[in-house]
Amino acid sequence: MIATMALSAPSTLVHLSGVDLAIIAIYFLLVLGIGFYLKKFAKTGEDFFLAGREMTAWVAGLAFVSANLGSLELLGWAGNAYQYGMMAAHWYWIGAIPAMVFLGIVMMPFYYISKTHSVPGYLKLRYGTEASALSAVTFAFMTILMSGVNMYAMALVMEVVLGWSLHFSIIVSSLTVGVYVAAGGLFSAIFNEVLQFFLIWFGALLIPILGLIETGGWSGMVARIHERFPGQNFTHMWGPMSSPSNNPMGVHWIAIVFGLGAVQSMGYWTTDFLVVQRVLSAKDVRSAKLAPIIGSFFKMAVPLIVILPGLLGLAVLPFHLVPGNQAGPGQFKYDDVLPLMLARYCGPGLLGLGITALVAGFMAGMAGNVSAFATVWTYDLYRPYMRKDAPDAHYVSMGRWCTIIGLIVSIGTAYLVQYNKSMMDYVQALFGFFIAPLFGTVVLGMLWKRVSRMAGFLGLLAGVIMSVTAFLLMKFDPSWVKVFAFSSLAQPLAQAMWQALWACVTCVVVTVLVTLVDKPKPDEELRGLVYALTEVPREEGTSWLHRPAVWGVAALVILAVLQIIFW
Amino acid sequence: MSEKHQIIPVWFFVGSLLLIYGVLILGSGLMEWSHPPEGVQLSNLHAPVWWGGLLVVLGTIYCAKYYPRSEA
Repeated sequence: MIATMALSAPSTLVHLSGVDLAIIAIYFLLVLGIGFYLKKFAKTGEDFFLAGREMTAWVAGLAFVSANLGSLELLGWAGNAYQYGMMAAHWYWIGAIPAMVFLGIVMMPFYYISKTHSVPGYLKLRYGTEASALSAVTFAFMTILMSGVNMYAMALVMEVVLGWSLHFSIIVSSLTVGVYVAAGGLFSAIFNEVLQFFLIWFGALLIPILGLIETGGWSGMVARIHERFPGQNFTHMWGPMSSPSNNPMGVHWIAIVFGLGAVQSMGYWTTDFLVVQRVLSAKDVRSAKLAPIIGSFFKMAVPLIVILPGLLGLAVLPFHLVPGNQAGPGQFKYDDVLPLMLARYCGPGLLGLGITALVAGFMAGMAGNVSAFATVWTYDLYRPYMRKDAPDAHYVSMGRWCTIIGLIVSIGTAYLVQYNKSMMDYVQALFGFFIAPLFGTVVLGMLWKRVSRMAGFLGLLAGVIMSVTAFLLMKFDPSWVKVFAFSSLAQPLAQAMWQALWACVTCVVVTVLVTLVDKPKPDEELRGLVYALTEVPREEGTSWLHRPAVWGVAALVILAVLQIIFW
Repeated sequence: MSEKHQIIPVWFFVGSLLLIYGVLILGSGLMEWSHPPEGVQLSNLHAPVWWGGLLVVLGTIYCAKYYPRSEA
């Protein structure tokens, strides 16, 4: 029955052997076994929702970076590298590293010392229920939709790559994720993310190694790309950005620096609870500060297994890939480049490892969303608004039920997306609506004690409205693209950067204006929450090798060197 | 990894997975040594053999270092 369901789709991109199937089966057995093993440790709320706050900096750091290393990202960014070239690496470097260092050095002490369990939880302490409820409701809604999108994307990839039916992939993945997250909570999610990290690296690293051998190294690859795509600049990051007309993304360097580097990435890496929750599980403040910085070094290396395979695809694939909405029968789309490169270099065994890495990435994406949803629903919506003084065990039970219900809703979302494909774009756009203004609200609240309760809420609301307005106008009337993005050539990725910038600026302006006419909160309510009233533990007794700031500076120096090398 | 809970370190699970996968991939690579799979580029380099071997070595190191021992 299962075999029939799995193999009901007609054509496949790769064919798996017995050893490949064994590798995939072993992964499923291991994660289920780990889930059952960890169940006995997830008894209290702190255990279930924050993994007992006892993770080392390394475990929290790898889980932090892994939560963003899902298969949707891997396939999508390898496809973007094929489409836009080396410029796609901006999302891994300037679009991640400064934000991760900023989270570790500046923001993490406040999140950690306030003992909050979530980002909406911090907003409640800092501003009150209005900003917190807005953030919690939107976050819960978005995570559950994103989990469904991950589920559908995995099922689709498995159908195209392996010929597995959609129903089979959805049932197996949701059952597995449901069992191990409901059993072990964040413990299970983090353990699985660390496993996924190693699987993705060992599953994908052979592609650039063998690809560079085939092309004769970096210079050989560049020569082949120039030969096959004359006149196009696929191998530089900043050079083509002096004008939107000089690059296929239609983006100016100002949008990359301020839209992506200063707003979009800061918003994602410092306020998206899905990633911040991993760092909150750290065992002490120093580990919490160090975790994102450890993650930043690995994040800097990810282009090796994502961007480089996309570039190698340009150099060696005997056919040209096309945009997803233009792919006809027998044609491959940009997002297929990673599986195509995997099939090009990997035979039995290695192919199974690569496919397992993709499956693990999708399931970790679902598990991350569902575990973050369970926490925000239980602590930021159910406890404050429905049942205030229940025993701890009741909230743990609620978290387990939330996981199951969240997955059922995700399955419904996955099938909805199947029948309405454009919904996938809208769900992914939803995150952009809230993340950029949320960064303005959180960072102003941390650094400026004068910001009032209503200023935080109204600033956040205004930023969200601005973001939605800009998105809808640019989506349905292209003449607005020139207004918001300063160039009619701006592609969706560039539009999203400008949209984030406008949303954050609106949020900051409204917050500042309302603060100036409103009454601030008393100092005693802000202790441990804002810069001026928080005693952050000093590190005088710590050797310089163990200081987060030292490693943060090292990460930024390496980032600068990479920019110069690939200018 | 844990002071409150005596949980088996995640690194042990990582090591176990790498070791099992390494053995399977190495074995598969050795079996196809004289009959490389068709359609796979650079199969003459026998990537499964050295990649599988690397996984076996790393997996063994992790398993040995983080093997859960009961504390006296």
